[in-house]
Amino acid sequence: MELAKNLMIILITGILTENFILCKFYGICPFLGVSKTFSGAAGMGLAVTFVMVGATAVTYPIYYGILVPLNITYLNTICFILIIASFVQVVEMVLKKFVPPLYKALGVYLPLITTNCAVLGVTIINIESEYSFIEALTNAFAGGLGFLLVMIIFSGVRGRIEKCNVPAALSGTPITLIAASITSLSFVGFGGIVDGIFGG
Amino acid sequence: MEQYVLPILFFLLLGAAAGVLLTVASKLLFVKNDETVEKITEALPGANCGGCGFSGCEGYANAVAKGEAAPNLCKPGGAPVTIALSEIMGVAAQVQEREYAYVKCNGNCEATEDKFVYIGTGSCAAVEKFYNGKGKCTSGCHGLGDCVKVCENNAICIKNGVAVINPELCAACGKCVKACPNKLISLVGESQKFIVRCSSADPGKITRAACKNGCIGCGICAKKCPVGAISVSANHAVIDAGKCTGCGVCAEVCPMKCIANLAK
Repeated sequence: MELAKNLMIILITGILTENFILCKFYGICPFLGVSKTFSGAAGMGLAVTFVMVGATAVTYPIYYGILVPLNITYLNTICFILIIASFVQVVEMVLKKFVPPLYKALGVYLPLITTNCAVLGVTIINIESEYSFIEALTNAFAGGLGFLLVMIIFSGVRGRIEKCNVPAALSGTPITLIAASITSLSFVGFGGIVDGIFGG
Repeated sequence: MEQYVLPILFFLLLGAAAGVLLTVASKLLFVKNDETVEKITEALPGANCGGCGFSGCEGYANAVAKGEAAPNLCKPGGAPVTIALSEIMGVAAQVQEREYAYVKCNGNCEATEDKFVYIGTGSCAAVEKFYNGKGKCTSGCHGLGDCVKVCENNAICIKNGVAVINPELCAACGKCVKACPNKLISLVGESQKFIVRCSSADPGKITRAACKNGCIGCGICAKKCPVGAISVSANHAVIDAGKCTGCGVCAEVCPMKCIANLAK
């Protein structure tokens, strides 16, 4: 019961109150780059979720199984990046073989998931928050879901911006960034949810 | 010493494991890259006009790569693209003559006039469908610009109430040919020298009353043509471009002066 409550808290925190894009400001690159169309945003969100969960599943055991016993925990950044990079390469190959349209749609943004701070961020946060394996996986899954949610929301926002009369000086990146900041403000409203639901 | 050896060892092992994993994965998940399609797509102009009959340049590239389409169907690309594609596919290049669209109607404001004032949907298709045209000649150019709207190269404009196509801007994609409700536009080869500027199917008496530039189907051009390239069908003359030698006799003898010299 305690575990279930913890997992729920982690889920809601990861998706809403501590959203990776709008609250922690990780993963801004794909956020601004691939959120123009709904299909691109959804595809990217799902790919990042998958990579986050997979990366956690691999890095967590390696950290606690190899790095900690050997007292070389300071290597975690490099080690995690290496693992994430190989993992993303495999994901890219899988997509190219089994879902070519998605592969074409994501294009250059797929390898960008490698350097995406959100993925490295989630693996390091799992370590720092001292989660158990299940909690770490849930955290990664929540982070990915939050990423997906915000990508989809923002693709809608950008679709609306296309139809508006944006002043020439602001058109393109400036108005997108302004919209992103306003969207981020809206997520501040989720502030007291966890305490409210779980009587923290 | 151990504190240096351990990280190095660890990363050697990790790197080796990642390398092995990726090699295995790349063999298992190997996708055959069709370079031919990519090469062809690069050689095409990328206008996506559909003039080749396929859905955009990618559709044509796939068809050519499979061998289902001839490499000389790209009209906007013309001879250079035909040669490039033939080279990629390893076949002899059969360059088709450059074509451009031509409006076979000269019923401008001086030659003919409207039967009534038309205030309605500003489209040739509309005035043709609902009223059979607003001009005295029912098979002539309505001048409302359906062809102008579909042309992606801005090669068509309405001059004096009749559509005129600039041969230099025309990419021969064929969209205007489909857009004209009276089927007045057709693709002519670059080498065609003379053309009859009228498609009127009405008998001579009616055509004469309707338009000063209309072909009345008298047949003088057909009789005078030294190579027999002209025939009269559906009450107007038609020149067979294959037989035409460009002598110009037809244009001289035409009483309505509706045979145009394309060389000008």
